[in-house]
Amino acid sequence: MDALLDLLTKDSRLSPEDLAARLNLTPAEVKSKTAAWEADGTILGYQAVVDPEKTDPGGVTALIEVRLTPERGGGFDRLAERVAKFDQVTTCWLMSGGYDLAVVVQAGSLQEVARFVAEKLSTLGGVLSTVTHFQLKIYKQNGFLSTPTPDGSRLPITP
Amino acid sequence: MKSPSDSPDNLSLSVKSKISDRIQAIPRSGIREFFELVLNAGDVISLGVGEPDFSTPWHIREAAIYSLEKGQTSYTSNLGLLELRKSITKYVAKKFHVDYDPAKEVIVTVGVSEALDLAFRALLNPGEEVIYHEPCYVSYSPTIYMAYGVPVVVETKAEDDFALRAADVERCITPKTKVIMLNFPTNPTGAVMDPKELQGIADLAIKHDLIVITDEIYSELLYDDRTHPSIAALPGMKERTILMHGFSKAFAMTGFRLGYACAPPELTEAMMKIHQYSMLCAGITAQVAAIEALEHGAAPMEEMRKAYWRRRNLVVSKLNGAGLKTFQPGGAFYAFPDIRSTGMTSREFATRLLEEEKVAVVPGTAFGKAGEGFVRACYATDEKQLAIALDRIADFAQRHRK
Repeated sequence: MDALLDLLTKDSRLSPEDLAARLNLTPAEVKSKTAAWEADGTILGYQAVVDPEKTDPGGVTALIEVRLTPERGGGFDRLAERVAKFDQVTTCWLMSGGYDLAVVVQAGSLQEVARFVAEKLSTLGGVLSTVTHFQLKIYKQNGFLSTPTPDGSRLPITP
Repeated sequence: MKSPSDSPDNLSLSVKSKISDRIQAIPRSGIREFFELVLNAGDVISLGVGEPDFSTPWHIREAAIYSLEKGQTSYTSNLGLLELRKSITKYVAKKFHVDYDPAKEVIVTVGVSEALDLAFRALLNPGEEVIYHEPCYVSYSPTIYMAYGVPVVVETKAEDDFALRAADVERCITPKTKVIMLNFPTNPTGAVMDPKELQGIADLAIKHDLIVITDEIYSELLYDDRTHPSIAALPGMKERTILMHGFSKAFAMTGFRLGYACAPPELTEAMMKIHQYSMLCAGITAQVAAIEALEHGAAPMEEMRKAYWRRRNLVVSKLNGAGLKTFQPGGAFYAFPDIRSTGMTSREFATRLLEEEKVAVVPGTAFGKAGEGFVRACYATDEKQLAIALDRIADFAQRHRK
């Protein structure tokens, strides 16, 4: 991966000047490369990784396994894209194995998820079945541990 | 500097007289003195360390834990686990293009430090000379001296970005010279070796029938697509070279204390003789962890290397921006800024920076006289802390600009 892109995936809040100093680039180069990636969809967006247990303790996250009937010509794409458009869906993947779509849904309550599955998802033509699993606890998301363990402390001066 | 334990009461005086003349004659390491200053200074951002800020990658730690669960707690062969030696020779062949026999050309040691001690003790008769380059890691000279050898310094220079010149080595060769000791990339300068000069040193070793010891501990941490040939790989050199390497820096395993030496069978055997009666073997947990590191550690190592590279760029650009002339080091994780624009000595600079800005760097003189006018700033430090430390150094340098 490009070194600038790599660093942005780790910390997207660094200023163009800070990025440039770390990568031996000029701020102008950073800006033009970033703008190009934003334009061509290489960079889809920037967001903070938050701990939902702190911000939304009542919230519910579910992983829904969905089995679909593939369509002639488009395979799973049309249906999958349709599922992905729902605001509640934060992640939508086509999977190998026992089911077709893995759909992650975030909602304010269990009932909201239930309603989404019953009214929106199951009723779509082509959806054969769904299995809903509720998230109990987050240990790690997007590479961040929920409770980072402090690493052993180093001596301040070593040879 | 005096510590309470130095107080001259009668008891300590009489014990002191029992300590061998040779050990008494070794001065206290400059780095230790500075260490105490830093400890007393309290809440400090330290760029004074010589080790990664990363903990050992989890997969390696996990392999160590698993080995303990399985009850792997015994001695190993004196040379180290055969499986580890096989991994080492495979790794060395791939990285340095030199083939060693895991059965008789590799010895696993407690860090490169032990390997150095073994090598010097195995090689040196009293009074024989070892040529090494300064500024350098603090233990080379005392280790040579404790093996009854004579350390002979070649100073590397700022105008060469602290790389070694074969011609300077040649001037130091006498009939008593037995070993040339190399360490590139270098602690504390981050210097790398020009392949032409390296060949020049190989030519000297062959011409004068010398042994070369090469400490490759930083050789994975190279930047800007640089390649680093080991002198062991040059024609005619394998049979006269001891290649030393370890796990501390590239795999962030300093506390595991594990290294190794690859050398011709006769030399390995001689080193093993000392090792078996002193250390017996390196710890088995560390050896098992090392196998995991060599076999599966490439990707996490590359992530760490890239992080160091970014920090190097940041450090070098900020220090230069602050008027402290700093060359772009090709390897390791140290920057070696020239602090003479402040009119201070290395020690003064480091002490006052500590007092005024609560940032610790190590005076260049801790690594030899040639380090005067420079300090070592280690950038294996959390990036946010590093950025703060650099701002403080910049303020300090502006304020004291002569």
